[in-house]
Amino acid sequence: MAKRTIVPIGPYHALQEEPEFFKLHVEGETVVHLDIELGYNHRGIEKLSESKDFEETVFLVERICGICSTSHPIACVQAAEDAGEIEVPERALFIRSVVGELERIHSHLLWLGLAGHFLGFNTIWMWAWRFREDVLNILELITGNRNHYGMMKPGGVRRDINDTDIPAIRTLLEGLQDPIKMFRDAVLEDPLIHARTRGIGILSLEQAVAYGALGPTARASGYDIDVRRDHPHAAYGMVEWDVITTQNGDVFDKAVVRILEMFESIRIIEQCLHQLLIVRGPVDSDPPFIPPGEGVGHYEAPRGEVFHYIRSDGSNRPVRHKVRAPSFMNVPTNRETVLGETVADATIILAAVDPCYCCTERMAVALNSPGGERLWGAQDLIRMSCEKTWKLMDETGLCGPRPPVFDD
Amino acid sequence: MNYTINALTRSLNAFHLAGSACNNCDIEILDALTPKYDLERFGVTLVGSIRHADLLLLSGVFNRKSAIRVKELLAQAPRPYLVIAIGGCPATGLMFKDSYNCDGPPSEYIAIDAFIPGCPPKPEAMISGLVKVIEALRSGELVPACLQQPQQEPDYVCQ
Amino acid sequence: MSANRTINRICGALGDHVLKLERKSERRAYIEIAPETVFEASSVMFREIGARLQIATGIDTPAGIEVMYHWALDGDDCVVTVRTLLSRTKPELESIAKMYPAAEWIEREIWELLGVAFDGHPDMRHLLLDDSWPAGNYPMRRNHG
Repeated sequence: MAKRTIVPIGPYHALQEEPEFFKLHVEGETVVHLDIELGYNHRGIEKLSESKDFEETVFLVERICGICSTSHPIACVQAAEDAGEIEVPERALFIRSVVGELERIHSHLLWLGLAGHFLGFNTIWMWAWRFREDVLNILELITGNRNHYGMMKPGGVRRDINDTDIPAIRTLLEGLQDPIKMFRDAVLEDPLIHARTRGIGILSLEQAVAYGALGPTARASGYDIDVRRDHPHAAYGMVEWDVITTQNGDVFDKAVVRILEMFESIRIIEQCLHQLLIVRGPVDSDPPFIPPGEGVGHYEAPRGEVFHYIRSDGSNRPVRHKVRAPSFMNVPTNRETVLGETVADATIILAAVDPCYCCTERMAVALNSPGGERLWGAQDLIRMSCEKTWKLMDETGLCGPRPPVFDD
Repeated sequence: MNYTINALTRSLNAFHLAGSACNNCDIEILDALTPKYDLERFGVTLVGSIRHADLLLLSGVFNRKSAIRVKELLAQAPRPYLVIAIGGCPATGLMFKDSYNCDGPPSEYIAIDAFIPGCPPKPEAMISGLVKVIEALRSGELVPACLQQPQQEPDYVCQ
Repeated sequence: MSANRTINRICGALGDHVLKLERKSERRAYIEIAPETVFEASSVMFREIGARLQIATGIDTPAGIEVMYHWALDGDDCVVTVRTLLSRTKPELESIAKMYPAAEWIEREIWELLGVAFDGHPDMRHLLLDDSWPAGNYPMRRNHG
C-alpha cells in the first residue's frame, strides 16, 4: 500500500473554514469508501451543563449550534418541564412555535444558498441569503437578536410578542411567499438542477430506518416521521399544517422537502399569530425550581429531531443532561449515499443531509481506496462540482436558474 | 508609514478559521458578504487558503483538536497578517472555558490584533470593527502583532 | 390510549425480562431490564414493535453505570426508555450495532465518555475525543464519595 501523506489543505465546508485535515484518496472518479472523523467541535457541553442551573443551561445549549439555535433550548426546556411536570401557559406555546418555525425558514434558506453555492449557482446563494435577512429581521423584532434568541426558559418564554408588532411580522412574512415560490420553481423546474441532483445520493427507506435518519433527510426517503406531528408539543397540535414527504431519497427530493416545508412554516406562523391576538395570559408559569425526576424533551429542528434528557435531583442543576442533535443520526447515512458516486457529486451529497457540524462535532472526510492517490481539499471538491455544472451547461445549452426580472 | 501595510488596507483577503465554533459567528461573517451588508465593497474578500490571506478571522473556542490545527496554520501564514477574533469565544472562551476538552481560548496562545465581541456580533458590528482596524493600521496606531514577534516554526513540517 | 396498548405489547414481548415498569405519564414510560437481555429487548423494540432508537444515555450513578435506550413510538406519541444498570468496575453490554446501524456511533460515544465496553461492536474507536486522549480516562465518570 502506498505511503499516505497528510496534507493540511484546508477546510471541508468552504464557507465555514475550519482547520481540518482533509485526507482524500479516490479510485478513478468513484468513491469506494467513506470514513468520517469527528472531534473538532466537541466542547463537553453535557458536562458543562451539570455545573449550571436550569436557566443557565438553556443559554449554554443555545450555543451548541448557531443555526438551530432555538431548537436545542426548546427541547431542553421541554425535558425540564417533563421532569418536573411543569405546566406551560398556552400563549407561550404559540410563541415557541412562532420562533421555532421562523428558525426553520431561515435554516432552510441558508441550506438552499449553500447547496446553490456547491452546485455553482452563486446567484442562488446570494438571493437565498438576502431573503434570509428578512426572516432574521422578524426574529430581531421579536427576540432582540438575529441569532441566539434567549427566548426559552423552563415554564414558558422570556418575552411576549406585542400585538402592535404582529402586523409588521405579517407583512414581512407575506413578503417571503413570492421569493420562496421563486426558489421552488427554480428548483422544481430547472433541468440543470435536475441533472445535478436527481438520482444522486439516494438513501433508501430501509437505510433511512436502519440509520435512524431524521428530518428532511428521512422524509425525502419516504420515512414519514415528524416530531411536531407524532409527539405534539408547543402549538403544533393546535394548528393545521402538513408533513412533507417524498419517495426517492435523492438530493433533489431533500431539496424539495426543505423548500415545501418553508410554506408550511409560514402557514403555522400565521395561524399562531392569529391565536396570539386571541389567547391572553402570562407567557411564563415561573416554576421556582425543577423537582427531582427525569424527563425527555424532543423537538423537530430544521435538520430533524433534537433530543434532550434531563435528570434532576432537586438541586436546581441537572444531574445529567444528555443532548443528541439530528446530524448525529443523519451524517452516518453518508456512508450509503456517497458510495459509488463520483467525486464531483460528493460535495452536494454530503451537504444534502444539511450537516450541522457544531451539533455533530465536525467531520473530516476521507474517501479511501486501494492504490491511486490524489490529494484534494474542500475548495477542490467544490470546484469539481461547479465544473460538472458548467460542463452540463455546455453540453445541454441550458443556463441554470436565473433570478426573475422585476418589472417595477 | 509602512507601504506594505498601507497597500494591504485597500484590499484585505480574509481567511476564516472556525475552531469548535457554534457557527453563529461564521454565518454572520458570511452574512457580511451577502448583498445586504456587502463587505466586498471595502475590499474584503474570503480566500480559501491561509497562504493567500492578509486577515485571519478566528471564531470559536478551539478545543484540543482544533487548537493544534490553528497553531500549525498560523505558522504557514505569510507575514504581515492580522488576526481578528470574532465573537466572545476566541477572546475568553465564554461558557466553554471550563470544558474538559478546551485548554484555553486562543487569546491565551495567539497574538490577536483586534477583538470584535458579541454572541454573535452583528454584521454591522463586524464592519465597524474592520473599519476601525483599517483606520488604526493607516494611522500607525495598530502594528500587526505578527511583526512584533519572530516567525514561529511549525512543530512538524507538512508535505 | 394507543400508547397503553403498545406498552402492554412491549411488556408482553419482553416477558420476564422486565424488572420494573414505571408509567411516568401518558407519554413517558421507563422499563428496567438486566444487562444480559439488552440485545433481545432492543430487537423486540426495533423489529417487533417498530420503535425508533433516538439515543442511548449513559450516567455514572452511585449504584453503577446506568445505560438508557430511548425508543420513540412515533405512532403513539410516547417515548419508552429501556434502562439497565451495569457495575462500575466492569461495565459491559452486547452491541446492538449489527442489528441497528444507528447504534454504531451511539455506542462509540458511550464507550469513549463512560468506559462501557460494547461486545461485538464493528468499529470501536474514538468518536469525539482526540486519539491522544489518555486511555482509561472517561470524562463523564464521576468521583463517588
